[in-house]
Amino acid sequence: MAEVLDVALRCAAVLTAFLTLPLLVGQAEHKVMAHMQSRTGPMYAGGFHGWAQLVADGVKFMQKEDVIPARADRVIFALAPAVALVPYLVVMVAIPLGPGLVGQDLDVGLFFVLAVMGVGVLGTLMGAIASANKYSLLGGLRVAVQLMSYELPFVLAAASVAMAAGTLSLVGIVGAWQWWWLLWQAPALVVFLVAGLAELARPPFDMPLADAELVMGPLTEYGGMRFAMFLLAEYAGIVVLAGLTSVLFLGGWHGPFEDQLGWLWTLAKVGLVSFLVIWARVAYPRLREDQLQSLAWKVLVPVALAQLVLTTVVAVVLA
Amino acid sequence: MTRFGSGLLAGLKVTWRNLVRRSVTQHYPDVKPELPPRSRGVIALQEENCTVCMLCARECPAWCIHIDSHKEVTPAEVEGGRDRSHNMLDRFAIDFSLCMYCSICIEVCPFDALHWSPEFEYAEHDITDLVHEKDRLREWMWTVPPPPALDPAGEEPKEIKAAEIAAAKRAAPPPPVDPAGPQ
Repeated sequence: MAEVLDVALRCAAVLTAFLTLPLLVGQAEHKVMAHMQSRTGPMYAGGFHGWAQLVADGVKFMQKEDVIPARADRVIFALAPAVALVPYLVVMVAIPLGPGLVGQDLDVGLFFVLAVMGVGVLGTLMGAIASANKYSLLGGLRVAVQLMSYELPFVLAAASVAMAAGTLSLVGIVGAWQWWWLLWQAPALVVFLVAGLAELARPPFDMPLADAELVMGPLTEYGGMRFAMFLLAEYAGIVVLAGLTSVLFLGGWHGPFEDQLGWLWTLAKVGLVSFLVIWARVAYPRLREDQLQSLAWKVLVPVALAQLVLTTVVAVVLA
Repeated sequence: MTRFGSGLLAGLKVTWRNLVRRSVTQHYPDVKPELPPRSRGVIALQEENCTVCMLCARECPAWCIHIDSHKEVTPAEVEGGRDRSHNMLDRFAIDFSLCMYCSICIEVCPFDALHWSPEFEYAEHDITDLVHEKDRLREWMWTVPPPPALDPAGEEPKEIKAAEIAAAKRAAPPPPVDPAGPQ
């Protein structure tokens, strides 16, 4: 009985984090992006500096008509937003917040997380092909190409940390983390963050969505709640990416008073990385398709491979 | 050849500077804007000053001023005197859907009956509702600010100079009269 209660409690906690953190990041993006552009962003919803803007948006999305194009593949079209969203919920189960604060400590946590994150992109692909729309199809192809080229440096950078820590368990990796890994794993950190941004199709890597030319690409035909789910998936993706970056590269709960405030350190690091993600969106224009490809294959993959060599050498010397 | 990555840093720098500075957003309905002096918001009519001379209506490039009037005759007060006629203003309307805010009517008015008011919140749902009659134009007179002070470095207005000369003339003793009289 106690075991069932424990599982239920952990699931509830993960679900709560899944429902609140993406909204926090979304609201932060509203305000941070606005101020970076000398605006103020939402000011009215909820009374105080527009804190309830996303709640209002959610209500608006719910009221909208549920439109499915006549030529669309109805089942896949309806399923795609869920396929895009749910993997991030599943990933959150494995990301540790504090020494004992984790949904489920998996021995192959890193492998599990990377595999499930790849499924999220499949949701976008499904939506793209099921929409029966040329913009969606083009966007879907770009999503596929982007996934192909950026998955490699993403995984290589994560593998570097796993090699350094000698374990695939996320809790184990944070446990083995030392402060000088910040320097040792710095190239992998950059590669991981950039490739992660590209996997999420976040600006400046939003060529698949490219609202000015592809009318939001795979999301062209989506509206109302289905679109809101895709949007939520994007922000959940930021949270997951920020969580993984802090756990793998920034030492998770390590910091002063980590015995009492470990979870706060993790959350602070997640917030910091999310801020960087938003900052990159505001500061940089969208990369062209060929620039995207050359960045992945000519810069990120070689850097990630060099990092692997460096990690191997240092690990062997230390051993 | 610029240093590699300097563009990336510049992008971060600009956005960060904006983030830590105050935003430039005008919170308009909550905070009224501070308009500069002589703002052209709406044309107000000091009805009492109007003599129906029609100069404004004739000079208006957009033909947006409508004036109707009639003459009233005051009979002569004394025997054998002349009857006096007055122009009575019946209608004075400005169509703000045509007005191009050129200020010519205000410049041309010889009796200071037209003034600029900075009031600008008179949008309507129907374009025909933008024709405002003289009672509404008269109400806007209350929002006309006093004329701004003269620029201290500016030229002295010629009215002051004329008034000073006139005062000096009055104060000076009358010129001596030649006793011999004109030759």
